[in-house]
Amino acid sequence: MTHYLVLSALLFTIGAVGFTLRRNAIIAFMCVELMLNACNLSLIAFSRMHGNLDGQLFAFFVMVVAAAEVVIGLAIIVMIFRTRRSASVDDANLLKF
Amino acid sequence: MTQEIAVLMEISAPTLDYRLLAPVLIVFGAAVVGVVVEALVPRAARRLTQVVVAFAALVAAMVMVGVNASAGTRIVEAVGSIAVDGPTLFLWGALILLTGLSLLVFLDRDVDDSPFTPSAASVPGGVTEQEAQEAGHAHTEVFPLTLFALSGMLVFPAANDLLTLFVALEVLSLPLYVLSGLARRRRLLSQESSLKYFLLGAMSSGFFLYGITLLYGYSGTFDYAGIAEAVLNPTQPAGLLIAGLGLLGMGLLFKVGAVPFHSWTPDVYVGAPTPVTGFMAACTKIAAVGALLRVLYVALGAARWDWQPALAVVAVLTMVVGAIMAVTQTDVKRILAYSSIVHAGFILTAIVGAHQLGSGAQAGAVTSIEAVLFYLAVYGASTIAAFALLTMVRDRGVEANNVSDWAGLAKKSPRVAAAFAFLLLSFAGIPLTSGFIGKWVVFAAAWGGGYAWLVIVAVLVSVVTAVFYFGIIVSMFFGEPAETSEVVEPSIPTLLAVAIGIAVTFVAGVVPGPLLELAAKAGEFVR
Repeated sequence: MTHYLVLSALLFTIGAVGFTLRRNAIIAFMCVELMLNACNLSLIAFSRMHGNLDGQLFAFFVMVVAAAEVVIGLAIIVMIFRTRRSASVDDANLLKF
Repeated sequence: MTQEIAVLMEISAPTLDYRLLAPVLIVFGAAVVGVVVEALVPRAARRLTQVVVAFAALVAAMVMVGVNASAGTRIVEAVGSIAVDGPTLFLWGALILLTGLSLLVFLDRDVDDSPFTPSAASVPGGVTEQEAQEAGHAHTEVFPLTLFALSGMLVFPAANDLLTLFVALEVLSLPLYVLSGLARRRRLLSQESSLKYFLLGAMSSGFFLYGITLLYGYSGTFDYAGIAEAVLNPTQPAGLLIAGLGLLGMGLLFKVGAVPFHSWTPDVYVGAPTPVTGFMAACTKIAAVGALLRVLYVALGAARWDWQPALAVVAVLTMVVGAIMAVTQTDVKRILAYSSIVHAGFILTAIVGAHQLGSGAQAGAVTSIEAVLFYLAVYGASTIAAFALLTMVRDRGVEANNVSDWAGLAKKSPRVAAAFAFLLLSFAGIPLTSGFIGKWVVFAAAWGGGYAWLVIVAVLVSVVTAVFYFGIIVSMFFGEPAETSEVVEPSIPTLLAVAIGIAVTFVAGVVPGPLLELAAKAGEFVR
């Protein structure tokens, strides 16, 4: 039981750290997906622990939402890439105070 | 074990009361119809059709809100996932009306000079864009996208379990990511704001989801009532609750735009098309604050001692950082963005107070929910009007947002300058405007909840915010007229939106009674 939760926390942390460190928008986005999947793992582990199906059900919704997010996200990243010929988040720096 | 699973697998069809859910279903249905319109209706008639569909849906949804409100509904619907009660109906009404107001600004000018790009997929300044412009193309998808966002916003504050809350969050966010990338002018900025909003939004929903997961681990259910019960009779370690609460709050505060989760706000507000900025500033804030209120009060009300101090710190940071950053800005749109952060801080003071009948408020005193509802409604109306006015001051067709472009505006167009000055006075909280009454009630709620020190900080911050609001007013009325900008004649819908926004700001400031009474009648959340 604990193993799954620890693994999930590790995956989530890798995702969060990766998001802050990686400069490529696509990789940053993949790190977000990793965070969502880490959540799925712990949802299912908790579902098993509590003996009800709610958590597993939720995991399906997370998958659907993640898929919808990919559609929007890749469209935005492709749009940026076509304009700038780069998907680096460091290049998008016109807006600042 | 097999028997146990058989019991678990028994799924009975839910009975839904469609009258109660009608506002959400109508708006969502109209959004789907809008997508079909894109596919089937010839290009020339598309814009008009979309506008008719959108406004018809808003009117129908508003009527259904009225029907439900007159029936005095207080019930948890759709197998416990949607709570239709006083606060929900008030927020639904406010969201629908303010979306209508934003859509008027969306209609600004004709197709060939609308706020939206003719072809979002084309490279800025490229041949495709030029061709689309000459062919008179337009992204009429903005109307269904707005309705999709609105349907998420309607569900967000009404959600009564974490699953619905999560889905509603995504349904309201995804269309907004797209909408903010559709500006006609300064498309690089617009695309950049879209990317930033998307990446940060996706990350925040990751944290939000992990918070939900931990709360599920703590309580074994996603239902607010079940979580509230688990908080009272805990079976799992309290660490799960605290961590879950913190991460969930992070996701919600990101949408509210509270410091330290605010960094997207100024960039996205500046880059997005101005009508969309007005829509986000008014409606996203309403939906997010409504959801935050319900989660904190209904699901986690018993853990009040855990979240109140943390949220108080966030409120102070939000007000102070927002005000200090706003003072240093030179761009009017950016100033309004930071101003919206400061206002989020003022709203948070009332939430921190948690001054409710259940937590020791006297009958008849200003409760937190009442104060927040009132503040959200009037701030939304003023802020949409303010952003609509921003579209009128231009330099060779492009919005001129620098404060120096606004200098001496009163000499070019006394009406625009006076209207903007009035809205700024409302943001600053000067008497006879709705901003004053709004501040009064949220501070009263925070004070009543025992957070007098927070009110004192908030009042001091109000004085600081007055500095930059008055700075703009002084420059508009006494500055040398700027050579670089001109005031363009607004289209009739925009003018109407500004007029309504200012009328609400004025009337709610002079006779706040009816609206306050409506907010007070909304009462408490259903449990």
